[in-house]
Amino acid sequence: MEYLLILISAVWVNNFVLVKFLGLCPFMGVSNKVDSAFGMSVATAFVLTVASVVSYLVHRYLLVPFELEYLRTVSFILVIAVAVQFTEVVVRRTSPLLHRLLGIFLPLITTNCAVLGVALLNVQQSHNLLQSALYGFGAAVGFGMILVLFSAMRERIAAAPVPVAFQGPAIALITAGLMALAFMGFTGFVDL
Amino acid sequence: MTVGLLIMGLLAAVFGLLLGYAAVRFRVEGDPVVDQIESLLPQTQCAQCGYPGCRPYAEAIASGEAEINQCPPGGDAGIKALADLLGREPMELNPENGEEKPREVAVIIEKWCIGCTLCIQACPVDAISGASKRMHTVIAAECTGCELCLPPCPVDCIEMVPAESETESWRYPRPLQPLDRLVAEAAEALG
Repeated sequence: MEYLLILISAVWVNNFVLVKFLGLCPFMGVSNKVDSAFGMSVATAFVLTVASVVSYLVHRYLLVPFELEYLRTVSFILVIAVAVQFTEVVVRRTSPLLHRLLGIFLPLITTNCAVLGVALLNVQQSHNLLQSALYGFGAAVGFGMILVLFSAMRERIAAAPVPVAFQGPAIALITAGLMALAFMGFTGFVDL
Repeated sequence: MTVGLLIMGLLAAVFGLLLGYAAVRFRVEGDPVVDQIESLLPQTQCAQCGYPGCRPYAEAIASGEAEINQCPPGGDAGIKALADLLGREPMELNPENGEEKPREVAVIIEKWCIGCTLCIQACPVDAISGASKRMHTVIAAECTGCELCLPPCPVDCIEMVPAESETESWRYPRPLQPLDRLVAEAAEALG
């Protein structure tokens, strides 16, 4: 039950994009088309889950026994960079078109603060291995869901008669704000 | 301090080995996107796009140098297929590159041919057979209708005729417009 709650909390209640405001860069950057948003979601989900688990292992079995907690951030960034690089190699092999569509945003998952955020929050909330994996996966699902929803909306907005002053990024930011407001409605559903 | 350095070094070494293995295991030969683009091009090698052939044009599209609307033989259908593949908006064929027309094949009027081999050198798909001072002929099944053999011919003995209709190239004939009908009737009356 507790594991289910962690998942629900990460996906809906404490959504990383709209409630914690982490990972806004790809949220704005890759949300022009549903196709690329979906690809980005899958890539990020993979990186987030892997980075979350490996960061936990590194922290628990390398940093804590040797009392090296002050190296946490550096080692987590190392883990994330490796996971991203690995994902890029795999994506380039399996889907060259997706690789082209995502372009610079694929390597930029490294600097997606949601990834480092999940790893650090795992430590802060002293999750165990399964909890860390679920938390990372939940964050990724939440991120992907918001990204796809938002890109679907942006595709519609692109064809809508938007007043000149609001065109482009302005209306996108307003939309994101409204979505964040809607997600505030989940506050308090899960108390973790 | 030393332990910290050791641990970080160890981590970096392990991850480096992992990435090195992944790079070898998932190596990509060439650029698969170029292959996919090229498979959608008509392979006429006509160079109307401004590139020497279909492969260079595919490379130019992949690198973002060229637009997808520079291939007249591919026509609107080709542009649409490219747009689908690359996730771009379809666009009109660029008139500077020529216009779409039904497939034609070159035919050498054999009694005029002087056997100069100039058309053989110009043909991008080796569809012309012949030898020096011998009559040449076009292998119709190989001809892509690119018209590149027309300019070099010194005696203008090559002409373009509509390709035999196949299931893929057959179109409904244009409906007769009133003026066309008049012209047709006049032609008939004149014999």
